[in-house]
Amino acid sequence: MDNKKIKINEWPRHGIQLLWAALTNSHISGFVTGKIYTGKLKNTCVPGLNCYSCPGARGACPIGSLQAVIGSWNFKMAYYVVGFLIFMGALLGRLVCGFLCPFGLIQDLLNKIPFPKKIRTFRGDKLLRKLKYVIFLVFVIILPMFVVDIMGQGAPYFCKLICPAGTLEGGIPLVLLNKSMRSAVGWLYMWKNTILVITIILSIMIYRPFCKYICPLGAFYSVFNKVSVFRYRVDKEKCVHCGKCRNICQMEVDPTENPNSAECIRCGRCKKICPTQAIRCGFADCKK
Amino acid sequence: MLQKITESRWIGPALAVLGILLMIFGIYRGEVSVVFTKAINICMECIGIG
Repeated sequence: MDNKKIKINEWPRHGIQLLWAALTNSHISGFVTGKIYTGKLKNTCVPGLNCYSCPGARGACPIGSLQAVIGSWNFKMAYYVVGFLIFMGALLGRLVCGFLCPFGLIQDLLNKIPFPKKIRTFRGDKLLRKLKYVIFLVFVIILPMFVVDIMGQGAPYFCKLICPAGTLEGGIPLVLLNKSMRSAVGWLYMWKNTILVITIILSIMIYRPFCKYICPLGAFYSVFNKVSVFRYRVDKEKCVHCGKCRNICQMEVDPTENPNSAECIRCGRCKKICPTQAIRCGFADCKK
Repeated sequence: MLQKITESRWIGPALAVLGILLMIFGIYRGEVSVVFTKAINICMECIGIG
């Protein structure tokens, strides 16, 4: 019963991910001119991690926006962005990670690159998954709120020191397209590119390492997995305890034990592999 | 108690409504302008320059 060799067709999901990434990054001229979109759509956040300094981005990154409002001298509390995140989390939970996050898609595709020994789990894996909650609290909330300049403004510390999505989607294209920016490149740019390279290499070896260990957005949505309107359900009467769902899960979740685990990105692989259709999901018929 | 709350079919919709109310309050406070200003200007920190 070696499920590692069983292939699941994930291209329907990747199709949705690609479509969403294309829609939310449809300012094509930005990739030619090196200028970002400045229209009214930027008033609204996108649900996934998508840098608003990406030349194609049509919406605002929720994590960047959260830090911007928390770090602003006159607001500190970010009801608009937190409300948006609660709304998305309450409706979908980490379905956002599985379907509506461009950086998740990039990691999905990177993991398809063949590598001699893919790492499923390792010692300390479970403990390391708590790191994303620490990053959310420290870099997204506490530092922007309390480490401020003389004007009372806090910097977006997660974006500045960690976020590889910003480097990939915004940093690299903008620096390539703008001569003035190329001359301003320094140690911070090198540091962020190093993080990006490490993330890319790890993504080939491990499934979604950024989502598992680092992503503050995934950390926030994970809290809602158990209570969201969209849920997974396992019919105990139909389940034959074959273990196929547990073995096929790349986030290392056992759906029979915890179908709405905080780590589940709701990709649907377990549902597809289940021989008795015991796993179901949806907005209705998920609570029995 | 906590399990009862998480298993309730109303908790998700209730939180979604709470999210909408918070968003409305944030819009009323003028937070959207901060988001907009940040999003339409190149974020130097995000791209690793500033």
